Amino acid sequence: MNSGREHSAGQQVYAEPNRPTPGRPLLFDPNVCNGCNLCVTVCPEDVFIPNATKGQPPIILYPEECWYCGVCVDDCNHPGAIRLSHPLQQRARWKRKATGEHFRLR
Amino acid sequence: MSANDRHLWPYPIRYGQTDTHETDVLILGGGIAGVWAAISARRTGARVAIMEKADTRRSGAGGTGVDHWGYAADNPCSTITPEEMTRALVDNHFGYRSGISTYILASSAYETLLELESMGGKVRDTEGEFKGAPFRDDKTKLLFAYDYDSRYCIRVWGANFKPLLHRQCRRLGVELLDRTTATALLTEDGEHGARVVGAMGINCHTGAFVVVRAKAVILSTNRPQRIFTFSSEHRGAAAHRGGSNVGNGYAMAWRIGAEFTLMEKTIRSPFASPYSYPTYGTGNALNTWYPCTIVDANNKEVPWVDCNGLVLATVEERCHPAAGQKFFLMGGGNASQPHPGLKQYAGPKLIPDLEERMRKGEFTPPFYADLTSMPWYERKAIWGLMVGQEGRTRVPIVQTYEASGFDPSKDMLQTYDFLRGQGMREFMMPQERTFGEIGVAGGLVTDWDLMSNIPGLFGAGDLLFGSQDHVNAATTGRYAGARAALYARGAGLGKLGAAQIESEKNRALAPLAEMPDSIDWKELNFGVARVMQNYCAELKNEELLSLAETWLADLEQNEVRKVFAGNPHQLMRALDVMDILTCAQMIVHASKARRASSEVLSFSRLDYPENDPAEWHKYIVIRQDQPGRVHTSGRPLGFWGPYQPNYGPRHAENLAAMQAGPAPAMP
Ligand SMILES: Cc1cc2nc3c(=O)[nH]c(=O)nc-3n(C[C@H](O)[C@H](O)[C@H](O)COP(=O)(O)OP(=O)(O)OC[C@H]3O[C@@H](n4cnc5c(N)ncnc54)[C@H](O)[C@@H]3O)c2cc1C
Ligand code: SF4
Ligand code: SF4
Repeated sequence: MNSGREHSAGQQVYAEPNRPTPGRPLLFDPNVCNGCNLCVTVCPEDVFIPNATKGQPPIILYPEECWYCGVCVDDCNHPGAIRLSHPLQQRARWKRKATGEHFRLR
Repeated sequence: MSANDRHLWPYPIRYGQTDTHETDVLILGGGIAGVWAAISARRTGARVAIMEKADTRRSGAGGTGVDHWGYAADNPCSTITPEEMTRALVDNHFGYRSGISTYILASSAYETLLELESMGGKVRDTEGEFKGAPFRDDKTKLLFAYDYDSRYCIRVWGANFKPLLHRQCRRLGVELLDRTTATALLTEDGEHGARVVGAMGINCHTGAFVVVRAKAVILSTNRPQRIFTFSSEHRGAAAHRGGSNVGNGYAMAWRIGAEFTLMEKTIRSPFASPYSYPTYGTGNALNTWYPCTIVDANNKEVPWVDCNGLVLATVEERCHPAAGQKFFLMGGGNASQPHPGLKQYAGPKLIPDLEERMRKGEFTPPFYADLTSMPWYERKAIWGLMVGQEGRTRVPIVQTYEASGFDPSKDMLQTYDFLRGQGMREFMMPQERTFGEIGVAGGLVTDWDLMSNIPGLFGAGDLLFGSQDHVNAATTGRYAGARAALYARGAGLGKLGAAQIESEKNRALAPLAEMPDSIDWKELNFGVARVMQNYCAELKNEELLSLAETWLADLEQNEVRKVFAGNPHQLMRALDVMDILTCAQMIVHASKARRASSEVLSFSRLDYPENDPAEWHKYIVIRQDQPGRVHTSGRPLGFWGPYQPNYGPRHAENLAAMQAGPAPAMP
């Protein structure tokens, strides 16, 4: 399986600080998002900044400030360009009454 | 790219530069109260500007919606009068709820909703989706919630109300100063306690300093949050009323001598917990989820009882008053009130001894909200209308859960009651309290013009003392806008104090200087919250409160100057926490001044243990009579006087004045 990230001995590794948790309140689909930055404009917490590369999805600069209000998703005119991803510790559970099966928010 | 990659700041940096504006009515905070104030002030013909920290289109606690338009006693189907509604709400808080804002709310909620409808807001079931439901009035097509007999609470499709109000502001020519955080008020010639003549702020993208001269100023910046709890990594999720609402308006007004009351009221509530699930995103039977059936792990239904303790056999009965009761206030119990309220207004709720009976083995956790067994109209009203139009639910709950396969006709959403939670939220730690996140809280004292003791300074929304919620914000905003515009007609532009402007500019830009021992804004917020948890939480006495004072003053002297901001966004957050510190100090002052315990205020003094003694059953009012000196006084309950004689003439004058300006634009 391709994990998306290559690794090999001797590769260049950066000394990075830990990332804030949760790091990804929103997920962009770069194939749908056209970088119009409407979500950047309307976000009540000023979580994003525009991408320096025109046409690319915005940067989530302050993920830990996200209020999970969904405004960026709601106001985006390109369905599927952006979706909300709740923190793992905050994903609700439910049960199907007829079968007793248990599910959780994905 | 991730947040950890280094990016160039995308906006032009304008540190040190000043932008100046001039207007008649300046509104600080373009949330629900702010946009309504702007619209009504503009309708009188006044020039209006809004200074908004975020972006007015969606900002504030109500930016993503409202589902229940509460306490609309003026609607044609209501069986109770505004006077009865107000008396019930004030009495249910044992007098500690503002009669001024509550009467404005109960008398003009429907009138305000009609204005929203004229802007394109959906307030009735025009498509007949709920035909046949017992909560639908077929003549008006209005849908009601909670008490289906008294019909004072209207269910609305409010998820897009804020964008509609924003559009109306733009159409009417309101000047929008977005992404500008207000930091201080301007007073005549810079004098403490003198008439307010404008405000100052910082642009959160460019760092420019902003000065606005105005004839009247309306504060509508909501309340302080993060006073007792803070989470650096789930900060946003933990701020129930949104990250922008930190009490800047309280701090600003306090600094110039405005009066505040009820500031000592803090309640034990999990509404600020970063360990909670999304609000309204777990099963429960309160508020937005009322009157949902709750079942245990074996599908056994938890019984409901009325205010007399009588077990209710059907779902239908949960929505009607008990025998001998004219109407009930919110059913399901109240998650945002520290006490159960008066029996005469109590609504149906789950059996109060559920926990005991669970421990005896009668019920097995976990519990679930069983929408599947509800009548179709209740299921559809809860999931889709209420959960969906309620703030932070359309995308975060309905769309996201359904994308994961949740189906309200088949699935039962788990509750967290008795696991760790309570109602719909979870506590983080034992000392966890909130000041402003939820409930009727302390705030600005005003007269019937909604003007404070400082001439020219008005208030609206959650920031008013003893007030809460969306419709309160809409109605008081609308009323304050007209009052402020009328005041502005008779007031010229005041004289600015050059020294006041210079010193604020220096204060507001100070965090931009990095020092060897710099800290960030989050560190200071943790520091404040810790002092409040330790010295001003569940148990209070003179010694603890004096220590709270000492340690907050210590933070003010030693840590505030160290807070570093690397860009204008961080500068806004840094200034926020400084105001959170000021608000914490106001809470401690008020707590020292109340030398009695009070059950109804959730206020416990070990050195004055008697609860609610008659001589202390009053409002404590605090203000700074000169910079740094706190003055305390008392006001009797009901100090606002009679309702209609105060409200009626002003309301008529407001409506007449609102005919004078530009016609309200139709969609
Ligand atoms: C999830 C959720 C659901 C809710 N659902 C309902 C409901 O269904 N019914 C109901 O009645 N109530 C509901 N409420 C409560 C309701 O939203 C609030 O009571 C209401 O929005 C308060 O209005 P406001 O104008 O006082 O404050 P807000 O609407 O919060 O507006 C305050 C504004 O001030 C701005 N601001 C803050 N500081 C500054 C500053 N220094 N300078 C400039 N601007 C500043 C903020 O960005 C914000 O835009 C809900 C609240 C939440 C959080
Ligand atoms: S997510 Fe949507 S709103 Fe945001 S930049 Fe992409 S297309 Fe525009
Ligand atoms: S969910 Fe809300 S707070 Fe979070 S990024 Fe989107 S708009 Fe901003």
